[in-house]
Amino acid sequence: MRRLSWVSVTALSFGLAFLYLPMLILVIFSFNDSKLVTVWAGFSTKWYGELLRNEAFLDAAWVTLRVAVISSTIATVLGTMAAWVLIRFSRFPGRSLFSGMVYAPLVMPEVITGLSLLLLFIGIGLDRGVVTIVLAHTTFSMCYVCVVVSSRLVSFDTSLEEAAFDLGATPWETFRLVTLPIIAPAVISGWLLAFTLSLDDLVIASFTAGPSATTLPIKIFSSVRLGVSPEINALSTIMISVVAIGVITASLITKRTAVQRQMDEQVALRDETSV
Amino acid sequence: MRKALVIAIPYLWLLALFLVPFLIVLKISLSDSVLAIPPYAPKLDLSEGWGGLMRFVSELDFENFAFLASDNLYWKAYLSSLRIAVIATFLTLLVGYPIAYAMARAPEEWRPTLLMLVILPFWTSFLIRVYSWMGILSSEGYLNQLLLKLGLISEPLTILNTNIAVFIGIVYTYLPFMILPIYAALEKLDGSLLEAAEDLGCSRTSAFWLVTLPLSRSGIIAGCFLVFIPSIGEFVIPSLLGGSDTLMIGKVLWEEFFSNRDWPVASAVAVILLLILIIPIILFQRNEQRQREADS
Amino acid sequence: MTQTIFAPWTDPAEKPLIEFDRVTKRFGDFTAIDDLSMAIYEREFFALLGPSGCGKTTLMRMLAGFDTPSEGTIWLAGQDIAPVPPNKRAVNMMFQSYALFPHLSVWENIAFGLRREGMPKDQLAARVDEMLRLTRLQRFAGRKPHQISGGQRQRVALARSLAKAPKLLLLDEPLGALDAKLRQDTQFELMEIQETTGTTFVIVTHDQEEAMTVASRVAVMDEGRVMQIATPEDIYEAPSSVYVADFIGDVNILRGTARQTAPGRYEILWGEGRAPLISESDTALDNGQSCALAIRPEKVSISADRPETANAAQGKILDIAYLGNLSTYHVELPDGQIIKAQEANTQRIARRSFTWEDEVWVSWTKTAAVLLAD
Repeated sequence: MRRLSWVSVTALSFGLAFLYLPMLILVIFSFNDSKLVTVWAGFSTKWYGELLRNEAFLDAAWVTLRVAVISSTIATVLGTMAAWVLIRFSRFPGRSLFSGMVYAPLVMPEVITGLSLLLLFIGIGLDRGVVTIVLAHTTFSMCYVCVVVSSRLVSFDTSLEEAAFDLGATPWETFRLVTLPIIAPAVISGWLLAFTLSLDDLVIASFTAGPSATTLPIKIFSSVRLGVSPEINALSTIMISVVAIGVITASLITKRTAVQRQMDEQVALRDETSV
Repeated sequence: MRKALVIAIPYLWLLALFLVPFLIVLKISLSDSVLAIPPYAPKLDLSEGWGGLMRFVSELDFENFAFLASDNLYWKAYLSSLRIAVIATFLTLLVGYPIAYAMARAPEEWRPTLLMLVILPFWTSFLIRVYSWMGILSSEGYLNQLLLKLGLISEPLTILNTNIAVFIGIVYTYLPFMILPIYAALEKLDGSLLEAAEDLGCSRTSAFWLVTLPLSRSGIIAGCFLVFIPSIGEFVIPSLLGGSDTLMIGKVLWEEFFSNRDWPVASAVAVILLLILIIPIILFQRNEQRQREADS
Repeated sequence: MTQTIFAPWTDPAEKPLIEFDRVTKRFGDFTAIDDLSMAIYEREFFALLGPSGCGKTTLMRMLAGFDTPSEGTIWLAGQDIAPVPPNKRAVNMMFQSYALFPHLSVWENIAFGLRREGMPKDQLAARVDEMLRLTRLQRFAGRKPHQISGGQRQRVALARSLAKAPKLLLLDEPLGALDAKLRQDTQFELMEIQETTGTTFVIVTHDQEEAMTVASRVAVMDEGRVMQIATPEDIYEAPSSVYVADFIGDVNILRGTARQTAPGRYEILWGEGRAPLISESDTALDNGQSCALAIRPEKVSISADRPETANAAQGKILDIAYLGNLSTYHVELPDGQIIKAQEANTQRIARRSFTWEDEVWVSWTKTAAVLLAD
């Protein structure tokens, strides 16, 4: 194996330090005893306690979580359908408009998406609240789900579906018993992506949320506008840990399945030579 | 029948919640601001029939666009957004390319881990990642404390609430978007090409300039667009890290809407922002298309 | 093994299982199948052989129901199958990629089709076990497709497509993914299974050796048309066209013009200063019609002196391809024409009688060549 040159080692160390140091500092200072966030005054977990007693944050967190679960689930269904349509139906009236509408939200500035949805909700007289945020989040995250799922569908071996059809399955059975289980990893990643996007979104939620429902990012934003606060540090630490644990677990599982698969294949090969 | 249903559901959803809202923005951008709820006129009343529609259309005008053109603030905001986005994209490329290059040259068993390490921040909250720099860059922040302690400076630098902080924020948050496409291009690069170049008399450095860099061009272009396009309309970074003199169009739109409650002008700002974005988006699509064709 | 010769196609009273009646299939401007008619009989092992793009896969996909003819009718057991969707046809297909469901075990893969029919549990289990036994896969029933070898996967695909006891089994390049050694063993296994189950097999392949080995009849296809349908022996020994002669095996094609000297006896003039070639053939040719003689290399003898055979020509050995059991000699005639002659290597190579640059005679009898209109 070729050794890394010192240039590469430097680039990697500085790059990773740049990516992780700011978050690391945030995590460390969330355990700072002092109210003055930039001065270390000993270890304490009191800000976590404060955070847990802060009703407003807890309410916002609950709203955010509900919105994220509902919107990402609907977005997954719609996004998977959209991906199916784009990959499998090469000709139908209005196809180019459809693919344009699927890809446009990915590059549309959030301020515009937010503004346009708000104007729609006002136009049709829909009260702003959880429902409107869910509608808004579903709309933009279904496009991300569509991208993830369609990249899997492109490489899908259609002879698997033909085989199921040939063996007597109806189109619906084919989808449920063959296609869906095989593309499930992509659908799950799509859901997770939609879920995180919804969890993170500030701009679109600010436009579409009403006084009755505030999400966590809106709450964080209005509080950090005034400066760094230890409570927000604690909250950030919790959010970073959850994501880190989630992503690392997921990648460990993926790695283990890959290793297991490799071992299985070796066993199969050994079997063949021994038979 | 079933096919029609599968098409119709996502189609109608996007029509209703993406296209129609956008048409509404377009319409309101042509309306006048009034002190009412909703604060714009004319309103379309379909009960008046054809005559009502004609009257409605005749009352739409380009007044808001004329206003945007005449007011220096908006010109400056658009230009300043473009300038900030261009500079930030270039800086991101400078930071991202060496990292992508080092990842692609790392031993194969490290690569999945490195890739995960680069993607991981992307899954964490954007807002929190921007926020994390506030504590570092403020005048009594960690960076100034460190520099003072090292004796490199005698009094704190003002970084937070300047454009420099905005650049740092954009580079930091969009770095994965730059690294990933370049890494993908470099990883595909056949190592024997470099060996061939060296065999034919290139030095290591000239092999990089003559072989590696041109072959990673599509990755560079993709990465630059992926950073440039969202930076133009960025709102969170300029409002948390930028100062009062940081003019970015996303922030202007936000303030026009929430503070001034001038919906028609906000809509006009949005329409023009979109027009500005169309060119890079089309160029980006072309690059992707070419790449796909080259791959297949 | 003694048995009556299986040749239903020679019996006019026999009704074919499948009949293509003037079938044409177009994809846009491209004609994949061009006005094709043919019949396949029950219990046949029928091979569609041709280069890629000849339309053999389209033909198979029309039988399976994934494509429908643009014109013409396909009859299966007396029924027009165009309106029957693939999931309602008594036809099953073994895919080139095997198309095994990666998330299901071998057992579940085989049971998939039976479950769709709603077969009762105990009956289903019995049928799956029978299929596992037939394909010697009992040991692997619980494994997933990626946990077994390529050869075993091929057998799972076969078992799965046979489980529903279809009237017709389609096999799309079934052995294409196997290495050469395994392929030979599997060919015989396929033939055995075909005989045991009595199912009609239609196999698509581009490998002529495979088609010749397994099939009762072979259809040689080119550009959407059937060039010849015949038993492997007839395809090889009595090709009906230059295309078929050239496609199957190695052949020398000598072009010239025919002159009838007696009924069934022709002289072929093939170039200035060459003695005419003499050939006996049932092919009816006009005097002066351009024609081609197809001669298999193994039917061409090579000798140092002029032999007493009807056809002989002198030339120089240009190349020798040593194939182990055989050697192929490329002999160049004075005017540049090359004739290939094959000899069995009955002696050790060091004692070979001819070598490069030797002047030799190539010769063949008057019945060795096939005379074809060109």
